[in-house]
Formats: sequence, structure tokens, C-alpha cells
Amino acid sequence: MERTIIKSENFNAYFGNNHVVKNVNIEIERNKVIAVMGPSGCGKTTYLRCINRLHELIEGARCDGKMLLNGQDVYSMHPIFTRLKIGMVFQRPNPFPNLSIYDNVIAGYVLNGIKMSKSDKNDIVEKSLTSAALWKEVKDSLHKKGTFLSGGQQQRLCIARAIAMEPEVLLLDEPTSALDPISTSSIEELLKELKNNFTLIIVTHNMQQAARVSDKTAFFYMGELVEYDDTKKMFTNPDDIRTQNYITGRFS
Amino acid sequence: MQAHIKFRVAKSKAAEIILIVLAFFVTAPLLFIIYYIFQKGIKVISWNFLTQLPKPVGEVGGGIVNALVGTGLIVLYASIMAIPIGILCGIYLSEHKSSKLAYFSRLCVDVLQGVPSIVIGIVVYFWIVKPLHTFSAISGSVALAIMMLPIIIKSTEETLKLLPASLKEAAIALAIPYHRVITKVLLPCGISGILSGIILSVARIAGETAPLLFTAFGNPYLNTSMLKPMQSLPLLIFNYATSPYDEWHDLAWGAALILLFTVLLLNIITKLTTRKWNVQL
Amino acid sequence: MEDLTIASKKAYNKKIGMEVLFTRTLIIVALLLIVLVLGIMTTLIIESIPSMKSLGFKFLWSKTWDPVNNIYGGYPFLLGTVLTSFIALAISIPFSFAIAVYLGEYNSKGWLSNLLKNIVELIAAVPSVIYGFWGLLVLVPIVRDFETKFNILPYGIGIFTASIILSIMIIPYAASMGRELIKMVPSNLKEGAYSLGATRFEVIKSVIFPYTKSGLFAGVLLSLGRALGETMAVTMVIGNTSLIPTSIFSPGNTMASVIANEFTEADHTLYLSALIELGLFLFCVTVVINIIGKFIINKFSNN
Repeated sequence: MERTIIKSENFNAYFGNNHVVKNVNIEIERNKVIAVMGPSGCGKTTYLRCINRLHELIEGARCDGKMLLNGQDVYSMHPIFTRLKIGMVFQRPNPFPNLSIYDNVIAGYVLNGIKMSKSDKNDIVEKSLTSAALWKEVKDSLHKKGTFLSGGQQQRLCIARAIAMEPEVLLLDEPTSALDPISTSSIEELLKELKNNFTLIIVTHNMQQAARVSDKTAFFYMGELVEYDDTKKMFTNPDDIRTQNYITGRFS
Repeated sequence: MQAHIKFRVAKSKAAEIILIVLAFFVTAPLLFIIYYIFQKGIKVISWNFLTQLPKPVGEVGGGIVNALVGTGLIVLYASIMAIPIGILCGIYLSEHKSSKLAYFSRLCVDVLQGVPSIVIGIVVYFWIVKPLHTFSAISGSVALAIMMLPIIIKSTEETLKLLPASLKEAAIALAIPYHRVITKVLLPCGISGILSGIILSVARIAGETAPLLFTAFGNPYLNTSMLKPMQSLPLLIFNYATSPYDEWHDLAWGAALILLFTVLLLNIITKLTTRKWNVQL
Repeated sequence: MEDLTIASKKAYNKKIGMEVLFTRTLIIVALLLIVLVLGIMTTLIIESIPSMKSLGFKFLWSKTWDPVNNIYGGYPFLLGTVLTSFIALAISIPFSFAIAVYLGEYNSKGWLSNLLKNIVELIAAVPSVIYGFWGLLVLVPIVRDFETKFNILPYGIGIFTASIILSIMIIPYAASMGRELIKMVPSNLKEGAYSLGATRFEVIKSVIFPYTKSGLFAGVLLSLGRALGETMAVTMVIGNTSLIPTSIFSPGNTMASVIANEFTEADHTLYLSALIELGLFLFCVTVVINIIGKFIINKFSNN
């Protein structure tokens, strides 16, 4: 299998006349954790939302350039196929409020109208919740509503829901920014586990988090990809002066 | 100085009292109407009243079963037509906030909401009654369905707009096709808001008379065919109330009591469901 | 995708087909609404062409309505509609305003204001035929006694009675609109005035009222729209005569009530067409009033 899973070529994204992602070229390797960081408004979240084609849902938003998944342009296939391969976890935990914990995990199947046997469902729920390090906590209350969980648990439920679909890539948009420190660290632990099976791309404004969890880091500034390298190198000896300024806190 | 302040405070107090008196005075007519109709109507209502046909003038007794059945059928068919169209249009408007089509469609909903009900009666007369050469219950249903649409559309649109965008994104990111995102995620989450809009629209049209005058027309006999003229509660109240006979006035009071309480009950249900409605997010 | 099986790919293609179908259905339904409103307008225009052709627009100002001799003039109904609506508006405005201020400013929470708010909303829920019935059997005798006392021809029924019923019916529209708007007045504006030593009445007069003026006007417009088109309650108590009313106590007819009364009796084209032209006029006026009202409110709430 090829090492590269996602590759952007001359990728641009816009909101109306606002050019928010500028000519990004990047190659992302399989089974790594990639941190995308930068000051707010630098286009990092927009770039992430372009990978699974959520960006285009906003009125007036468009993009151009190539976004390759396993060598195929995601913009040349139906977005459903893209999103089957690329899962996403959002900034705020967003379990479906009308579904139980159990149904939230298999929501991707059920809401897609995929018929499964009871035991298959049970297997998927247990496996996904275990991978999301939530199984022990919720196994006795699977049929309670997902919204009864704490924020950190809800976010892990959302991770379970995303990985239940067995995507190849998991996008995480500041997944811990709405959580307390303890929940944050448990999610960070989880990310290290998950990279064995998935490629993780995590947007964060928290440099320490990027340093803790990621193998490689991309630094975005004013819509441009300034630098993309091994996390260690980025945090000790960045090539670009802007990266250096950001890491040393000269601007935020 | 002191006196001036005292005067201003007194003026403010006086204004407050006048406002409160005026505000609460408004409840008087409603309470009086409810009391009066209850007092007059309760004497009339009996098992026979609910199950028999009206008797000719001069005979005591008789009932309004034709109007009860008629109102039920006309409202039922109106709902069958208006609910799907209303919900779909509400979905379109909530999903497309600034498209040209949405702008004009929204404008038309506003226009429709303000059209006098009698005008809708005229139009449906030319659309259905004239081509079919007969007054019919179904034409009444169409007229009422047109009146239901704006209420259902508005409540669906507003409800769906209140749902957080993250909910829709969560579903879309799971590779769920658009129509299932709407029907399996957004609609179930907003169901109580949408339902209360539907109940409200039924409450609004159940008592409508004007659009039925030239469509369902009224019928002294029991009829269940949608292609023939049909009686309804408000038509019966109108016809009997404006007649000079006391027996018919009695029937009308009874019918008014049933109609009034049904409508008020539906409205109260709507209020309770909207109050209960807060999806946990 | 190489690892999606053919079968599941087929299943997904079917779903994508459904998705397209769904999107198209939504567009069709949105178009349908526009077609519906245009259809209503077109039907009214087409059906009133005979009347427009033979009577022209001066129809609305001609003073005689005599179907037996084929003479049609809309002035009595125009006058009846204007009189009933504006008298009703004049009666209802102080009440609507009082409710709006009380619920929006004095007491916006608590069971008492909740109760008042719900009762006011229920006023709008009562079917108009019930108002008409009640008016006919309860209000008309009261008005008749009153008229006898003041030596006015004691019809009981008439424009005045219709106006009273109408005024009750339209109170909720301006009231609930006003309440919403008054609640939207930023509290720092009010606190600013209070901190300068203003009394509550002064705050209402010089802060709340100027701030919400345009919106309150829109609320009144929407009430007016309701009053103009209201049919049944008016029809039942106004007396239904096509003569020009001589005073506010004389019987009359509004445009809506003459349509309700004579539409099914109109036995020849011109008669029917003249009635529809009244309907068309009513339609146009209410549409314009509603659009202006909505426009003002949108502008207000966007600020």
C-alpha cells in the first residue's frame, strides 16, 4: 500500500471573495497523527473541512485544486464516498440528541439504511466504544440518550461513532477545545491508540497539544501552509521565521 | 423640586395602573364569551345531539352529527394535502436561506398568510367547484389546506433553523445522504416544533367559515362523499345563528360550544408542546 | 473506490438517486408556493375582467349597488370596510399597546403575565363565526338599548357593532407583535435613562416608544390587514345593506361581507365579476399591507 494517503495539489478555498486557503501542497502519510496548527483565522479548519467536502455546504463557499485520497480526487466522486472513507469529529461534541448511546454509535449504518443483524450491531457498538475507551463507562447504560454523558464522554462517543464506519482517515477539528483538562488528556491518550488503525488529522490551536500527540505538524498562517515537518523538528528547529515566531509566542 | 419629583412619580404610578387595567380588561370579553357559550351550549349537548341529524323547524331536539362528521372529513383531507407540502417547503426555506427561489417563496408564504379567507374561497370556487359543476367537500378541503400551508411552513422553517448546524454536519460527515440527513436526523429532532405548528394550523382552520361558503357549501343531511356538498360545524353555526328560530339557535349554541372547546384545546396543546420542546444539545 | 463491493456501490448509487430526487422535490414544492400565489392572483384578475371592462376602475367609487338593475358601484362597501376597520383599530390600539407594554416591560415573567399572554393569544384562536354568533345574540341587544337611550334608530346591528367585535378580534395581533419588540429594547438604553432619574413612565415614553415606533406601527398594520379581510363576524352583525351608511350606527356592508352574502346568489356574469373585483381589490390591499408590515419588522429585527 502506498504510504501517502492524502495529497493536496495547489488547493485553494474561498468564502465568497475571501481567499481563506491559499495554494496548499501537502502529502499526508498513513497511520500518523498530523497536527494542523496556526493562529485563529489562518484557514486550518477550512482546510480540514475541505478534505471531507464539508466546506462546500456553506453558502458562497467554493474551492479548487486537487485533493487526492489514495490517488483519487475526492472532488471527482460523490461526497458520500469521500465521507465514508474520511470520518470527522467536531469542536463541540455533537451526539444525536434523539438517539441512545447505542444508536449513536451505529448511526452511520442505521441512518444510511444499511440493514444488519442484531449481533453485528452489538459487535460494532462494543468494538467502537472499546476503541474509543468508553465501553467500560457506558456498557450498562447503552440505551440512555447520548446527551446524558459528560462533555468528554460525549466527545469519545462522537469518536466511536466516526470510527464505527471504519474510515481510513479521521479528521478532528479542535476536539478538546470545549473540554476540561482531564477529558482532554484522556482524548489525547486515545489518539495515540487510534493511529494504529487510522490516519488522524487534528486541528488545534494548542501548541502543547500538537507537540504531545502528533508525529508531524503543519503550520498555517494567513491561509498559507508555511511549514510541514516532523513535530520534533518543528518545535525545536523550524525552518521558517513565522513558525518560529508562532512557537515562541511572538504572535497568536 | 421635591414636589416636582413627587408629581412625576405619581404620574408614572397612574400610567402603570391605567396600563394594567386596560391590559387585563381585554380578558373580559373572551372569558365572557366562553362563559356564555358554555352556559347556553351545555344544556343542549347530549348523546342525541351528537348522533342525530338536525330536525326541521318546529320539532324539538335533533343533532349535528352531519356537521361533526363533515368537519372531521374536511379537516382530515385538508391536512393530508397541506402537511407534506408544508413540511417540504419549510425544509427548503430553512436549507436555503438566501437563494432567489427561497426569497420569492418566502414572500409568497407571507402573502398567503395575509390573504383574506373569503378570497381563497372565491379562488377555489373557480378552480374546483365550477369545473366539477357542484359544491363539494373536497373543494372545501383544498381551500382550508391553502390556509394551513403558511402556518405549517413557518413553524417547520423556524424549528429547523433553531437546530444547531453541528447536528446536520455530524450527520453529513457520517456519509449519510442528504434526504436521510433531513428525514432521519433533523425532522425527528425538531418534531415537536413541527407538530405544534400542524396542530395550530388545524386549530386555525377548524373554525374557518368564509372559505367554505362557496366550496363545501353545507348540507342538511349526513354525507361522507368528498365530491358532494358537506356540512361543517362553522357553516352550521353560521346558518343556524342567522336564522330566526330558537330551536336552531340552540343547536348552534351546542355546536359553538363543541367548536370553541376543540379549538381552545388544540391551542393549549400547542402551547404545552412548545413549552416542553427543548431538545437537549 | 476499489474496496467498496459492487453491491454496496449499487446501493449507494440508489441512495444518491434518492438524494437528487429529494432535492428536486424540495425545489418543486418551493416553486409550487409561488405558482399558488400567482394562480390566486391570476384567477382573481381573469374573473374580474368582465367587470373591469364594463365598469372600469371608477367602479370602486360609484355610489349605487343595485344588482336587480345591473348597476354596480363599490363605494358603499369601500366605505363600510374603511369605517369598520379604522374604528376597530382605534378601539383596539390602546388595549394592544397596554398589553404589549405590560407584558414586555412591567411584568415579562411569572405566572400572571404568562396567563395574560396565553389568554390574549386565545382571543385570536376563537373562530370568527363564534364572535359573530355571540355578537348577534349578546352584543346586538346591548347596542340596541344603548341606541334607544340616545335616540338613534335602534337597529342594533350595524357598522358600530361590527367595529366592536372586530376590535376584540384584532387586539392580539398588534399586542403580541408589540410585546416581542418591546422585549428587544436593549436594557442598557433603559438603564441609562433610569440612572438619570427617569420614572418608568418616562422610560416608556422617551426610550421604549421611540425605539420601537416603527415596529409598533407594523404591528398595527398587520392588525389592520386582519380587520380588512375579516368576513364572518362582520357579516353576521353589520346588517348587510348596500345603501351608503349615513352614520356609524347605520347598517352597512363591507367588501368581504358583501362577497359572503351575494356570491352564491350572483346569477349573471357582471354581478359575479363585480363581486370578484371587490375580492381582487381586497386581496391587493391586504397583500400590500402585509408586505409593508413584514418589511418593517424584518428591518427592525435585523438592526
